[in-house]
Amino acid sequence: MSTSVLRTRCLASHRASLPLLNPLQAHIVSNKKRSINTQPAYPGHIPLTAFQNAFLAVGSAVMSLADPYRADMVAALGETTAGPALPRLRDIMLQSPEGTRILRERPRINTSTVDMQALARLPEGTFGRMYITWLERTGVTPDSRDPVHYIDDPELAYVMQRYRECHDFYHCINNFSVNVESELAIKYFEFANLGLPLAALSALFGPLRLNQKKRQRLFSEYVPWALKCGSTARCLITVYWEKRWEQDVVEMKKELGLLDSPARWPKPKSPQPVDLQASSAENVLGSR
Amino acid sequence: MQTLSGSLRRSVVSRHVYSALRYTSSQASSSSNQNNPKTTSFGFQTVPEDAKEGLVKNVFDSVASKYDLMNDATSLGVHRLWKDQFVADLKPGRNGSLRCIDVAGGTGDIALRILDYAREKYADRETTVEIVDINAQMLKEGYRRFKQTMYHNTPQVSFHEANAQELPSEKFVDNSYDLYTIAFGIRNCTSIPAVLKEAHRVLKPGGTFACLEFSKVNNPVLSTLYDQYSFSIIPLLGTILAGDRSSYQYLVESIRKFPPQPEFAQMIRDTGFRTGTDVDGGAWTELWGGVACIHTGVKL
Repeated sequence: MSTSVLRTRCLASHRASLPLLNPLQAHIVSNKKRSINTQPAYPGHIPLTAFQNAFLAVGSAVMSLADPYRADMVAALGETTAGPALPRLRDIMLQSPEGTRILRERPRINTSTVDMQALARLPEGTFGRMYITWLERTGVTPDSRDPVHYIDDPELAYVMQRYRECHDFYHCINNFSVNVESELAIKYFEFANLGLPLAALSALFGPLRLNQKKRQRLFSEYVPWALKCGSTARCLITVYWEKRWEQDVVEMKKELGLLDSPARWPKPKSPQPVDLQASSAENVLGSR
Repeated sequence: MQTLSGSLRRSVVSRHVYSALRYTSSQASSSSNQNNPKTTSFGFQTVPEDAKEGLVKNVFDSVASKYDLMNDATSLGVHRLWKDQFVADLKPGRNGSLRCIDVAGGTGDIALRILDYAREKYADRETTVEIVDINAQMLKEGYRRFKQTMYHNTPQVSFHEANAQELPSEKFVDNSYDLYTIAFGIRNCTSIPAVLKEAHRVLKPGGTFACLEFSKVNNPVLSTLYDQYSFSIIPLLGTILAGDRSSYQYLVESIRKFPPQPEFAQMIRDTGFRTGTDVDGGAWTELWGGVACIHTGVKL
């Protein structure tokens, strides 16, 4: 708590007020008025006034619901509604040695920082191999994450960016695909595990887009698992995934307190060459 | 650097010192950049003249598909009233059919209004409009729009990709048009005098030049509200609706860089047009307190 207060004091001298601060922090920064001419704090930073923040929050909420493929709108919603959740996550990171290391080194996850070839060469059962297989199965790339724009504090902006880049790992370690009900299951998980308002919003409104059968499966199977597992597991924002590529997946799940998920993968749409070795390894992992 | 140029702007400085400092400042001042032939303004940035065309092209390639939606959202539909008034004031078709050229008219708003006005008010089906735009994406949107009207595949409308500053003289012959319109396009051109010169060339003697453009709001209260709205809401609407903040930031900044009403009227006169007097209602007509403005001139 004291470190975060100190941090806020340093930042208050050249940063405008942050929305939704706790009362202790609020009285320190309350007489700073935000102006749209604030200098950007990091590349890509777009300072917003409180009104603009609210406007963007509402607008991005509507747009995310109308078109969930607008990833930039989901990202903007997350940033504008983050509020006190990011300082809280930062403090949780500071309380663990692994999390502190992440904050100090500020690693990024994209195809230039992660050696995909090396991951593919790892033995079966390791986390790295599981991740690369997951990427191939889902067709997702780690390069498509939007950069953070609307968080004023550079460190909190990094925490947000880290969350966004680790989101795929949460899918992967819990063996979920990337269709809508899996995304929602992970959002429930994230809400229980990390406490981000975006996760709660997506969890509340996302199911409106599902049909009855999928919603049924979501709420009867995925959500109970997500809430139980998310709340008992370790806070995953503190995990330094890039240092754990060689770790055995089963051992990792045990360490982090993750339970096996009831995830089911959809049938592939077009006939794809089946890699017998990979699929049998996944079956083994999934069944445990 | 920003504070330095701000305080210099307020104090009395000799012009050459000021323009020398402007080279080093990354943000353009509020005074016109026309005196410097090598650079021009791109919103609040100063860019080499050759670069502006490409930058503007990128902006309009990006906004083309959502252009009409964004116009409606950012102006809350008011742009339709402005365009209606623009065309109604011109009364196309009153004195017989006209040969019109609508420049920077990509999506066809003005062209459609001209043709509809002539048809509805004067039963005129001989008036033609040639829509000219430098950006192919915008023309594509216009062509697609016109397919929903009765003018598609008729000689009344045609689409041409050309640069307003250099209309090819084989296709756009001297002294051949009765009406030249340019709506919300001239501020995006690199050199306004060049556009005006081309307009003067292609118009017949007695032909009308009409320009609808965003202009300076003189009322301080309205101006403050307008600035707040422009710089706060419009880029956010661009982010939300079109996923593109920087294009709308450029569009909003380019409005501020455009010359105010008397200056622009003088530029029109300098080209050889005859205008009314330099008052609202004379050389120009203000709409909504100056948010938009219609400038007209007649070729002698």
